[in-house]
Amino acid sequence: MRALAALFVRDLRLAVRVGGGGGIGVLFFLIVVVLMPFAIGPDLALLARIGPAILWLGALLASLLTLDRLFAADHEDGSLDLILMGGTPLELAVAAKALAHWLTTGLPLVIVVPLLGLFMNLDGRASAAVALTLLVGTPALTFIGVIGASLSVALRRGGLLLAVLILPLTVPVLIFGVSASNAAIIGPLPFGTPFTILCALSLVSLVIGIFAAAAALRHGME
Amino acid sequence: MRLEGSGLACIRGGREVFAGLGFSVDGGTALLITGRNGAGKSTLLRVIAGLVRLTGGRLTLSDSDAEATVAEQAHYLGHLDALKPSLTVAENLRFWAEYLGNAKPTADDTNAALTAVGLGTLADLPAAYLSAGQRRRLSIARLLAVKRPVWLLDEPTAALDSEAQDTLAHLMRQHLAGGGIIAAATHGSIGLDGARELRLGASQ
Repeated sequence: MRALAALFVRDLRLAVRVGGGGGIGVLFFLIVVVLMPFAIGPDLALLARIGPAILWLGALLASLLTLDRLFAADHEDGSLDLILMGGTPLELAVAAKALAHWLTTGLPLVIVVPLLGLFMNLDGRASAAVALTLLVGTPALTFIGVIGASLSVALRRGGLLLAVLILPLTVPVLIFGVSASNAAIIGPLPFGTPFTILCALSLVSLVIGIFAAAAALRHGME
Repeated sequence: MRLEGSGLACIRGGREVFAGLGFSVDGGTALLITGRNGAGKSTLLRVIAGLVRLTGGRLTLSDSDAEATVAEQAHYLGHLDALKPSLTVAENLRFWAEYLGNAKPTADDTNAALTAVGLGTLADLPAAYLSAGQRRRLSIARLLAVKRPVWLLDEPTAALDSEAQDTLAHLMRQHLAGGGIIAAATHGSIGLDGARELRLGASQ
């Protein structure tokens, strides 16, 4: 456990220090969402209707931004070799890194949603619904993302490949995230159904993601 | 304690790096792995470290912790220093000591390791500002901060000045005196007398 805690704390430190890219995702999210009203025009009813979808898309793209460095940085400086030799199961090490990544990339996105909801003409209730769906949905994005991050670990320009690999897999998360938000805002469907499926997607991706990523890392080391 | 390999074979990228390779090192002795460029010195060390898969043969570490793999009882000092530039010297070392040792290191342990490699005064400097030789020293401090019986050293003297090479030789002799095992890939002398030599065949 000590080893996992050390890895978790180190990744948190790296994310908030110079060059760690901790704030990049939030800034990107901000830019994407702020640009939307300019592109779509001042139609408040339209903005409110597509707001949850825009916020979800922005969060999806923002969460991919720093994901390609998750293992690649450790691979390039030799840290990954030592992580493999640590005696800690690689699956747990992957989970610790993914959790640290979500805390520094996914959680800030959730926190700024109430602010960005204003740009999309969402009232408090609607913003809260989107924030709640993102809170349970962004872990799924991270844990699906670690599969791509581990597959592209040795590639110089892994970021683009990562996006191509990962985005199709995130379609179910996007669908149920947006539909749960819309159900809370305009109905008529109950909020609970898509929301529980979204929770399930997060839990499934947690399990599959860390095992698939660990297998890909072991295989890719050679 | 004895590190023993027999019939080791390794294929990388469709090319046979070595085959039918055997060696044995007893506790308290060192093995120098020599050979031309591309002979497979680094690959052999990575095989022992569990980072490259064996395609044949057996690798055992007898009279040691039966629960742990060879890799979990070995330190690997490769060409890459495994340091994060934005963390300080002490933070880098503490992280590896904690991760590899799976226990919280005491400040005395890490300070002693840093002092032993001559970085005691730079503990709070971000690793980004270290020179190549200082980065190497910090990597060596890792071997001291966590006790593991097998040291796998890949060109350990690269980038080190003569004073640091003497320090390293002294640390290696201490490790051997404590019953440890060293396997080092090298082109020149690394200051260990009486070490066995394993000469790998020329590259095809």
